Amino acid sequence: MNLWLVVIVAGALTFLIRLSFIALLANWQLPPLLQRALGFVPPAVMTAIVLPELLIREGHLAASLDNHRLIAGMVAILVAWRFKKIMPTIVVGMTALWLLQWLGP
Amino acid sequence: MTSPRASFIAGLKNTVPLLIGAAPFGIIYGVIATGVGIPVVMAQAISLIVFAGSAQFIAAQLIGAGASGLVIVFTTFIVNLRHALYSASMAPHLRDLPRSWKWVLSYLLTDEAFAVAITHYRDNAGEPNRHWYFLGAGIALWATWQASTAVGIFLGTEIPHDWSLDFTLALSFIALLVPVLRTRADIVAALVGGIVAVAGFGLPYKLGLIVAAFCGIGAGMLAWRLAK
Repeated sequence: MNLWLVVIVAGALTFLIRLSFIALLANWQLPPLLQRALGFVPPAVMTAIVLPELLIREGHLAASLDNHRLIAGMVAILVAWRFKKIMPTIVVGMTALWLLQWLGP
Repeated sequence: MTSPRASFIAGLKNTVPLLIGAAPFGIIYGVIATGVGIPVVMAQAISLIVFAGSAQFIAAQLIGAGASGLVIVFTTFIVNLRHALYSASMAPHLRDLPRSWKWVLSYLLTDEAFAVAITHYRDNAGEPNRHWYFLGAGIALWATWQASTAVGIFLGTEIPHDWSLDFTLALSFIALLVPVLRTRADIVAALVGGIVAVAGFGLPYKLGLIVAAFCGIGAGMLAWRLAK
Protein backbone atom coordinates (compact mmCIF):
# COMPACT_ATOMS: atom_id res chain seq x y z
CA MET A 1 0.00 0.00 0.00
CA ASN A 2 1.19 3.50 -0.79
CA LEU A 3 2.64 5.07 2.35
CA TRP A 4 0.74 8.33 1.90
CA LEU A 5 -2.52 6.42 1.73
CA VAL A 6 -1.56 4.59 4.94
CA VAL A 7 -0.90 7.91 6.71
CA ILE A 8 -4.20 9.42 5.55
CA VAL A 9 -6.27 6.36 6.51
CA ALA A 10 -4.53 6.12 9.91
CA GLY A 11 -5.18 9.83 10.48
CA ALA A 12 -8.83 9.57 9.43
CA LEU A 13 -9.39 6.60 11.76
CA THR A 14 -7.73 8.42 14.65
CA PHE A 15 -9.96 11.43 14.03
CA LEU A 16 -13.08 9.23 13.84
CA ILE A 17 -12.21 7.60 17.17
CA ARG A 18 -11.90 11.04 18.78
CA LEU A 19 -15.09 12.24 17.12
CA SER A 20 -17.01 9.06 17.99
CA PHE A 21 -18.93 9.97 21.12
CA ILE A 22 -18.61 13.73 20.75
CA ALA A 23 -20.40 13.93 17.40
CA LEU A 24 -21.27 10.59 15.85
CA LEU A 25 -22.69 8.55 18.73
CA ALA A 26 -23.80 11.43 20.92
CA ASN A 27 -26.94 9.62 22.04
CA TRP A 28 -25.39 6.19 22.45
CA GLN A 29 -24.13 5.03 25.84
CA LEU A 30 -20.95 2.97 25.75
CA PRO A 31 -21.90 -0.53 27.05
CA PRO A 32 -20.14 -1.13 30.41
CA LEU A 33 -18.43 -4.30 29.14
CA LEU A 34 -16.93 -2.47 26.13
CA GLN A 35 -15.91 0.41 28.38
CA ARG A 36 -14.10 -2.09 30.61
CA ALA A 37 -12.39 -3.68 27.58
CA LEU A 38 -11.21 -0.26 26.34
CA GLY A 39 -9.68 0.32 29.76
CA PHE A 40 -7.36 -2.65 29.17
CA VAL A 41 -6.11 -1.30 25.84
CA PRO A 42 -3.32 0.89 27.30
CA PRO A 43 -1.66 -1.76 29.54
CA ALA A 44 -2.02 -4.55 26.94
CA VAL A 45 -0.80 -2.54 23.95
CA MET A 46 2.01 -0.66 25.65
CA THR A 47 3.54 -3.79 27.20
CA ALA A 48 3.21 -5.53 23.83
CA ILE A 49 5.28 -2.70 22.36
CA VAL A 50 7.87 -2.46 25.15
CA LEU A 51 8.67 -6.09 25.97
CA PRO A 52 9.89 -7.14 22.48
CA GLU A 53 11.96 -3.92 22.36
CA LEU A 54 13.76 -5.05 25.53
CA LEU A 55 13.91 -8.81 25.03
CA ILE A 56 14.49 -9.28 21.31
CA ARG A 57 17.83 -8.27 19.83
CA GLU A 58 18.53 -8.78 16.13
CA GLY A 59 15.53 -11.07 15.73
CA HIS A 60 16.34 -13.41 18.64
CA LEU A 61 15.26 -13.71 22.25
CA ALA A 62 18.04 -12.22 24.40
CA ALA A 63 17.06 -12.73 28.06
CA SER A 64 20.58 -12.32 29.45
CA LEU A 65 22.67 -9.82 31.37
CA ASP A 66 24.64 -8.89 28.21
CA ASN A 67 21.42 -7.41 26.82
CA HIS A 68 22.02 -3.74 27.61
CA ARG A 69 18.53 -2.68 26.60
CA LEU A 70 16.96 -5.18 28.99
CA ILE A 71 18.99 -3.88 31.95
CA ALA A 72 18.47 -0.21 31.04
CA GLY A 73 14.76 -0.91 30.57
CA MET A 74 14.49 -2.46 34.03
CA VAL A 75 16.19 0.59 35.53
CA ALA A 76 13.66 2.77 33.68
CA ILE A 77 10.74 0.67 34.98
CA LEU A 78 11.97 1.29 38.55
CA VAL A 79 12.22 5.03 37.90
CA ALA A 80 8.77 5.15 36.27
CA TRP A 81 7.24 3.19 39.12
CA ARG A 82 8.89 5.31 41.83
CA PHE A 83 8.50 8.81 40.29
CA LYS A 84 5.66 8.42 37.75
CA LYS A 85 7.19 11.07 35.48
CA ILE A 86 8.04 10.78 31.78
CA MET A 87 11.21 12.84 31.42
CA PRO A 88 13.18 11.36 34.38
CA THR A 89 12.32 7.87 33.09
CA ILE A 90 13.66 8.65 29.61
CA VAL A 91 16.76 10.46 30.88
CA VAL A 92 17.74 7.78 33.41
CA GLY A 93 17.00 4.95 30.96
CA MET A 94 19.06 6.54 28.18
CA THR A 95 21.93 7.30 30.57
CA ALA A 96 21.88 3.69 31.79
CA LEU A 97 22.03 2.39 28.21
CA TRP A 98 24.93 4.69 27.28
CA LEU A 99 26.85 3.69 30.42
CA LEU A 100 26.34 -0.02 29.70
CA GLN A 101 27.38 0.40 26.05
CA TRP A 102 30.44 2.36 27.10
CA LEU A 103 31.49 -0.11 29.84
CA GLY A 104 30.37 -3.31 28.14
CA PRO A 105 31.86 -5.35 25.30
CA MET B 1 -18.60 34.70 33.67
CA THR B 2 -15.19 34.43 31.98
CA SER B 3 -14.97 35.94 28.48
CA PRO B 4 -14.06 33.70 25.51
CA ARG B 5 -10.72 35.50 25.23
CA ALA B 6 -9.87 35.11 28.93
CA SER B 7 -10.89 31.43 28.84
CA PHE B 8 -8.75 30.81 25.76
CA ILE B 9 -5.70 32.44 27.35
CA ALA B 10 -6.24 30.55 30.62
CA GLY B 11 -6.33 27.32 28.60
CA LEU B 12 -3.05 28.22 26.89
CA LYS B 13 -1.36 29.18 30.17
CA ASN B 14 -2.44 26.17 32.17
CA THR B 15 -1.05 23.85 29.50
CA VAL B 16 2.51 25.22 29.69
CA PRO B 17 3.78 22.57 32.18
CA LEU B 18 2.55 19.86 29.83
CA LEU B 19 4.28 21.49 26.87
CA ILE B 20 7.63 21.01 28.60
CA GLY B 21 6.92 17.28 28.60
CA ALA B 22 5.47 17.18 25.07
CA ALA B 23 8.25 19.09 23.29
CA PRO B 24 11.08 16.55 23.89
CA PHE B 25 8.65 13.81 22.89
CA GLY B 26 7.97 15.58 19.58
CA ILE B 27 11.68 16.10 18.98
CA ILE B 28 12.35 12.41 19.62
CA TYR B 29 9.55 11.47 17.22
CA GLY B 30 11.12 13.63 14.50
CA VAL B 31 14.54 12.07 15.13
CA ILE B 32 13.15 8.50 14.99
CA ALA B 33 10.97 9.13 11.94
CA THR B 34 13.84 10.47 9.84
CA GLY B 35 16.13 7.81 11.37
CA VAL B 36 14.01 4.98 9.94
CA GLY B 37 14.04 6.68 6.55
CA ILE B 38 10.65 8.41 6.40
CA PRO B 39 10.92 11.39 4.02
CA VAL B 40 11.02 14.80 5.74
CA VAL B 41 7.71 16.05 4.33
CA MET B 42 5.91 12.87 5.30
CA ALA B 43 7.39 12.85 8.82
CA GLN B 44 5.93 16.31 9.40
CA ALA B 45 2.65 15.44 7.65
CA ILE B 46 2.17 12.49 10.03
CA SER B 47 2.28 14.94 12.95
CA LEU B 48 -0.36 17.05 11.21
CA ILE B 49 -2.64 14.26 10.01
CA VAL B 50 -2.42 11.69 12.80
CA PHE B 51 -1.47 14.04 15.68
CA ALA B 52 -1.08 11.28 18.30
CA GLY B 53 2.34 10.88 19.92
CA SER B 54 2.44 7.20 20.89
CA ALA B 55 0.77 6.03 17.66
CA GLN B 56 3.26 8.07 15.62
CA PHE B 57 6.20 6.44 17.42
CA ILE B 58 4.83 2.99 16.66
CA ALA B 59 3.91 3.87 13.07
CA ALA B 60 7.46 5.17 12.50
CA GLN B 61 8.92 1.98 13.94
CA LEU B 62 6.61 -0.21 11.81
CA ILE B 63 7.40 1.75 8.65
CA GLY B 64 11.10 1.31 9.42
CA ALA B 65 10.60 -2.45 9.90
CA GLY B 66 8.84 -2.67 6.53
CA ALA B 67 5.45 -3.68 7.97
CA SER B 68 2.52 -3.85 5.56
CA GLY B 69 0.17 -0.87 5.20
CA LEU B 70 -2.77 -2.75 6.70
CA VAL B 71 -0.78 -3.65 9.82
CA ILE B 72 0.32 -0.03 10.24
CA VAL B 73 -3.25 1.22 9.92
CA PHE B 74 -4.68 -1.44 12.24
CA THR B 75 -1.97 -0.95 14.86
CA THR B 76 -2.51 2.82 14.84
CA PHE B 77 -6.21 2.14 15.30
CA ILE B 78 -5.62 -0.15 18.31
CA VAL B 79 -3.08 2.18 19.93
CA ASN B 80 -5.49 5.11 19.52
CA LEU B 81 -8.61 3.29 20.72
CA ARG B 82 -8.20 4.77 24.19
CA HIS B 83 -9.31 8.09 22.69
CA ALA B 84 -12.83 6.62 22.44
CA LEU B 85 -12.87 6.75 26.24
CA TYR B 86 -11.85 10.42 26.18
CA SER B 87 -14.50 11.12 23.56
CA ALA B 88 -17.15 9.44 25.71
CA SER B 89 -16.07 11.44 28.78
CA MET B 90 -16.09 14.79 26.93
CA ALA B 91 -19.30 14.17 24.95
CA PRO B 92 -21.85 15.28 27.59
CA HIS B 93 -19.95 18.57 28.07
CA LEU B 94 -19.81 19.38 24.35
CA ARG B 95 -23.35 18.30 23.47
CA ASP B 96 -24.71 21.79 22.78
CA LEU B 97 -21.82 23.11 20.69
CA PRO B 98 -22.16 23.65 16.92
CA ARG B 99 -20.77 20.88 14.72
CA SER B 100 -17.70 22.87 13.64
CA TRP B 101 -16.63 23.21 17.29
CA LYS B 102 -17.14 19.49 17.88
CA TRP B 103 -14.95 18.65 14.90
CA VAL B 104 -12.14 21.01 15.84
CA LEU B 105 -12.11 19.96 19.50
CA SER B 106 -12.16 16.27 18.48
CA TYR B 107 -9.12 16.79 16.27
CA LEU B 108 -7.33 18.37 19.25
CA LEU B 109 -8.35 15.62 21.72
CA THR B 110 -4.95 14.16 22.66
CA ASP B 111 -4.04 12.52 25.99
CA GLU B 112 -2.74 15.81 27.36
CA ALA B 113 -5.59 18.00 26.03
CA PHE B 114 -8.08 15.56 27.54
CA ALA B 115 -6.35 15.65 30.92
CA VAL B 116 -6.39 19.47 30.98
CA ALA B 117 -9.90 19.88 29.57
CA ILE B 118 -11.73 17.28 31.65
CA THR B 119 -10.30 18.73 34.87
CA HIS B 120 -11.41 22.22 33.85
CA TYR B 121 -14.89 21.06 32.85
CA ARG B 122 -15.36 19.25 36.15
CA ASP B 123 -14.14 22.15 38.27
CA ASN B 124 -16.15 24.83 36.42
CA ALA B 125 -19.64 23.39 36.02
CA GLY B 126 -22.05 25.78 34.31
CA GLU B 127 -19.38 28.15 32.96
CA PRO B 128 -20.49 28.87 29.35
CA ASN B 129 -17.08 29.53 27.73
CA ARG B 130 -15.29 26.36 28.76
CA HIS B 131 -14.89 25.26 25.14
CA TRP B 132 -12.61 28.28 24.62
CA TYR B 133 -10.41 26.98 27.43
CA PHE B 134 -10.28 23.54 25.76
CA LEU B 135 -9.44 25.24 22.44
CA GLY B 136 -6.59 27.22 24.05
CA ALA B 137 -5.11 24.08 25.63
CA GLY B 138 -5.53 22.12 22.39
CA ILE B 139 -3.89 24.76 20.22
CA ALA B 140 -0.96 25.16 22.61
CA LEU B 141 -0.31 21.41 22.46
CA TRP B 142 -0.85 21.27 18.70
CA ALA B 143 1.59 24.10 17.96
CA THR B 144 4.20 22.62 20.30
CA TRP B 145 3.85 19.20 18.70
CA GLN B 146 4.27 20.56 15.16
CA ALA B 147 7.23 22.77 16.07
CA SER B 148 9.02 20.08 18.07
CA THR B 149 8.51 17.56 15.25
CA ALA B 150 10.18 20.02 12.88
CA VAL B 151 13.13 20.44 15.28
CA GLY B 152 13.45 16.65 15.58
CA ILE B 153 13.40 16.19 11.81
CA PHE B 154 16.13 18.80 11.48
CA LEU B 155 18.25 17.16 14.22
CA GLY B 156 17.48 13.66 12.95
CA THR B 157 19.74 14.03 9.97
CA GLU B 158 22.59 15.16 12.27
CA ILE B 159 22.48 12.58 15.07
CA PRO B 160 24.61 9.45 14.55
CA HIS B 161 22.94 6.02 14.73
CA ASP B 162 25.14 4.66 17.53
CA TRP B 163 23.56 7.06 20.02
CA SER B 164 20.74 4.46 20.17
CA LEU B 165 18.11 7.21 20.33
CA ASP B 166 15.50 4.77 19.06
CA PHE B 167 15.55 3.33 22.62
CA THR B 168 13.65 6.44 23.76
CA LEU B 169 10.60 4.83 22.15
CA ALA B 170 10.65 1.90 24.59
CA LEU B 171 11.49 4.29 27.45
CA SER B 172 8.62 6.66 26.76
CA PHE B 173 6.22 3.73 26.65
CA ILE B 174 7.59 2.46 29.96
CA ALA B 175 6.95 5.91 31.44
CA LEU B 176 3.37 5.93 30.12
CA LEU B 177 2.70 2.29 30.97
CA VAL B 178 3.78 1.94 34.59
CA PRO B 179 1.30 4.51 36.00
CA VAL B 180 -1.69 2.87 34.23
CA LEU B 181 -1.08 -0.43 36.05
CA ARG B 182 -3.51 0.26 38.87
CA THR B 183 -5.37 -3.02 39.44
CA ARG B 184 -4.37 -6.67 39.38
CA ALA B 185 -6.40 -7.10 36.17
CA ASP B 186 -4.35 -4.28 34.54
CA ILE B 187 -1.16 -6.16 35.42
CA VAL B 188 -2.56 -9.40 33.99
CA ALA B 189 -3.52 -7.59 30.75
CA ALA B 190 -0.02 -6.11 30.55
CA LEU B 191 1.85 -9.37 31.25
CA VAL B 192 -0.18 -11.43 28.79
CA GLY B 193 0.07 -8.71 26.14
CA GLY B 194 3.84 -8.51 26.62
CA ILE B 195 4.50 -12.26 26.65
CA VAL B 196 2.33 -12.91 23.58
CA ALA B 197 4.10 -10.08 21.76
CA VAL B 198 7.51 -11.63 22.47
CA ALA B 199 6.27 -15.14 21.54
CA GLY B 200 4.64 -13.82 18.36
CA PHE B 201 7.56 -11.65 17.33
CA GLY B 202 8.30 -13.83 14.31
CA LEU B 203 4.79 -13.55 12.87
CA PRO B 204 4.67 -12.00 9.40
CA TYR B 205 3.71 -8.34 8.82
CA LYS B 206 4.34 -7.53 12.50
CA LEU B 207 0.98 -9.10 13.31
CA GLY B 208 2.29 -10.16 16.74
CA LEU B 209 1.45 -6.77 18.24
CA ILE B 210 -2.20 -6.96 17.24
CA VAL B 211 -2.60 -10.58 18.41
CA ALA B 212 -0.90 -9.62 21.69
CA ALA B 213 -3.21 -6.63 22.19
CA PHE B 214 -6.32 -8.79 21.86
CA CYS B 215 -4.91 -11.54 24.13
CA GLY B 216 -3.97 -8.93 26.74
CA ILE B 217 -7.41 -7.30 26.66
CA GLY B 218 -9.09 -10.71 26.90
CA ALA B 219 -6.89 -11.77 29.81
CA GLY B 220 -7.59 -8.48 31.59
CA MET B 221 -11.35 -8.99 31.18
CA LEU B 222 -11.05 -12.54 32.51
CA ALA B 223 -8.99 -11.45 35.53
CA TRP B 224 -11.49 -8.69 36.25
CA ARG B 225 -14.41 -11.15 36.05
CA LEU B 226 -12.70 -13.63 38.36
CA ALA B 227 -11.83 -10.92 40.88
CA LYS B 228 -15.43 -9.72 41.17
